[in-house]
Amino acid sequence: MMKKLVLSAVLAGLMGATAVSAADLTVAMQDDPDILDPHRANTFVGRLVFASLCDTLFEIDTSLAIVPRIVSEWTWSEGDTVLTMTLRDDAVFHDGTPITAEAVKANLERAMTLPESNRKAELASVSGIEVLGEHEIALTLEAPDAAFLANLTDRAGMLISPAAFDTPPAGGVVCSGPYKFAERVQNDRIVLEKFADHWDADNYHFDTVTFRPIPDATVRLANLQSGDVQIIERPAPNDMATIEGDSNLVFDLVTGLGFYGVNFNMGNGERSQSPINQDPRLRKALELTIDRNVINDVLGAGTYPPAYQPFSSASWAYNPEFDGGGRDIEQAKALMAEAGHETVEFEILYANNSAMQSLFELVQAMASEAGFQIALRPMEFAAYVAEREAGNFEVSQFGASGRIDPDGNFHRYLACGSAGNVGNYCNDELTALLDKARTINDQAERKALYDEAQTIAAEDLPALYFYYTPRTWAYRANIEGFTSYADGVLRLAGVKMAD
Amino acid sequence: MLQLIIRRVVVAIPTLIIVSMLIFGLQRMLPGDPILTMTAEESNPEVVAFLREKYRLDDPMPVQYLAWIGNVLRGDFGSSIRTGLPVTEMILQKLPITVQLATMAMIMAMLIGIPAGIIAAVRKNTATDYVANTVALSGMSIPNFWLGIMLIMVVAVQWKLLPASGYVPLTQDAWLSIRSMLMPAFVLSTAVAAYLMRHTRSAMLGVLNSDYIRTARAKGLLSKTVILKHALGNALMPIVTLSTLLFGDLLAGAVLTEQIFVIPGFGKLIVDAVFTRDYAVVQGVVLFTAIGFIFMNLVADMLYILINPRLRHPQ
Repeated sequence: MMKKLVLSAVLAGLMGATAVSAADLTVAMQDDPDILDPHRANTFVGRLVFASLCDTLFEIDTSLAIVPRIVSEWTWSEGDTVLTMTLRDDAVFHDGTPITAEAVKANLERAMTLPESNRKAELASVSGIEVLGEHEIALTLEAPDAAFLANLTDRAGMLISPAAFDTPPAGGVVCSGPYKFAERVQNDRIVLEKFADHWDADNYHFDTVTFRPIPDATVRLANLQSGDVQIIERPAPNDMATIEGDSNLVFDLVTGLGFYGVNFNMGNGERSQSPINQDPRLRKALELTIDRNVINDVLGAGTYPPAYQPFSSASWAYNPEFDGGGRDIEQAKALMAEAGHETVEFEILYANNSAMQSLFELVQAMASEAGFQIALRPMEFAAYVAEREAGNFEVSQFGASGRIDPDGNFHRYLACGSAGNVGNYCNDELTALLDKARTINDQAERKALYDEAQTIAAEDLPALYFYYTPRTWAYRANIEGFTSYADGVLRLAGVKMAD
Repeated sequence: MLQLIIRRVVVAIPTLIIVSMLIFGLQRMLPGDPILTMTAEESNPEVVAFLREKYRLDDPMPVQYLAWIGNVLRGDFGSSIRTGLPVTEMILQKLPITVQLATMAMIMAMLIGIPAGIIAAVRKNTATDYVANTVALSGMSIPNFWLGIMLIMVVAVQWKLLPASGYVPLTQDAWLSIRSMLMPAFVLSTAVAAYLMRHTRSAMLGVLNSDYIRTARAKGLLSKTVILKHALGNALMPIVTLSTLLFGDLLAGAVLTEQIFVIPGFGKLIVDAVFTRDYAVVQGVVLFTAIGFIFMNLVADMLYILINPRLRHPQ
């Protein structure tokens, strides 16, 4: 009897104190973000935190159209080189100082000149900043830059209180978002608390928002099932059925802007000399062996949208005409024979994780049917990045997290001399089209240029696309108002938790 | 005694110099670059060049080494390339977490392993012995990540008894801190408990066959007294030594457990640092550990002398 009493007392004690208030939200992410300074940060997961912590000049809606945020109105000059922005007059930083045109100027200058800034490329076209009034500011661009506003919807357009540029709280930042920084324990949690003076405070319903890095997808899901966290990022595709079968949980999927595939070493050192890199017919043959639907079904459990071009269906630049016709082994063999090869050997370099490992094993198997003999070279991530940069690869994993403006998905990776073009592919005609598309603000005109560029890329085939990044989420069923965006960022406006 | 301490400290200096050179050199032999790894998709040649300059990555290796060791001698372990935080601060933040985890795991392992070993020895070749041995063998062979995930699924998800993951500092909420550490500590303790059980069993078997135990029994002492006082007292010596050694293993081996239960500890710190080529952090952590081990050895030597009078006058 005594034993029983003790046991139940212990159990009761163990169970106590796990109740969480409906006003406290915990979000589990795949990684721990790097530095919480929007001008210096690099990681994708950092953007999830910034969306609640730091307001941006502009914002996107679910269709990726640019909408006002701190900027309430804007106009472009004739020729699209001067952007005049009017700021909201009721926005303040977390330290209480108002957001003025001077503060915006100081932020843009910091992002453009700070030695460690990773925003320089995004703001490279700015040649002058002029404060016109307390809440009015004009930016002069060297040349029209179509991606410019899209860049200002992300970290390049985030505002830090100038008074706290050099004196941030330990591990945090003083921004102006709906939640302010409270605490950070590296590798454990980032805690934000509601900023009552935010101009849109009524639309944000949590007292605190905690971001926790939980790298293992199974463990992330277990934490969601137990109720320790309420929203998880990127659940594993093979857990989708479990989540959908649980009435306490909701699964959410949108096609993202990023992609996965391979790119070829077209001119970076000796290894660009192998047949697959020299002859576009062989690359076309390889393309014909890959069945994207199999990749989607087998690896993605239906969550990996098949990809044939750098723009996903979420982007306005996407053109269904470039989606390939599917698998054709006979035609692949014919192309190889035409190029004078019965078998073609090459090596694929990729970062060693289970998703990429199974993807390239599948690619290896599918391509072998036409006579491709693919050697797989998985490397640990840091080594993989260095090998890619050094040109020490024939064919490499190719992926991008995707940008709102199509320029970030195409120019960066395939224009001559671009920073992300590790295969040194260079086609002057294609580069000229991509350069031109950067300078035009009219979407229809730009789309025509991207279509033309895609036609060239489809002949040269410097890269193959296999699937678009799925943006998946799972959350507790009592979360209301959750909206997913193609950029994979968590925006908490209107999100609340029922008791 | 003072002489011994001085001698040990002097002997430790070349060891530390060699360790410092090894960790510095070996790490740089790995392919990969900290700046490229960190900037990855966003890499901008200008920023990469600035950061390489800032962290002196383009200097010749000996120059980099001397700069680093010079700072270490002044008590500055440098700062992380990835987070910008001072390495010393990162170590001091993570170490107590892993020490708490390892201590709880050690206590559990001793509470499970030693009694199980005694029972198995006393009931040698009975069903109890076989069960204890089978459980011990499972403890050694079940992978921590599997056991961890299973426990989370059952204890946290199904029964909702304990938090599924996370860490709460002891100073903030001691009870919650211990609760959230129970599962990870248990997972970490299984292998150690199994070792302790096996060793206790064999030590006890050796002692139980000796003459003085037979004498004690012949004197008509209670079986309990014979086993717990006379036999265990002598059998415990090798077990205490083993426990001390295993404690070091626990500190280093907590990586997987920390990963599954999302505990921001020492193990995770160094693994992340190696993967991102965060040189200063890896160097700092390894050097710190080396100093810790040398210090612990010194303490152990002194304790031996205090406990064992025969060692007090080596001449």
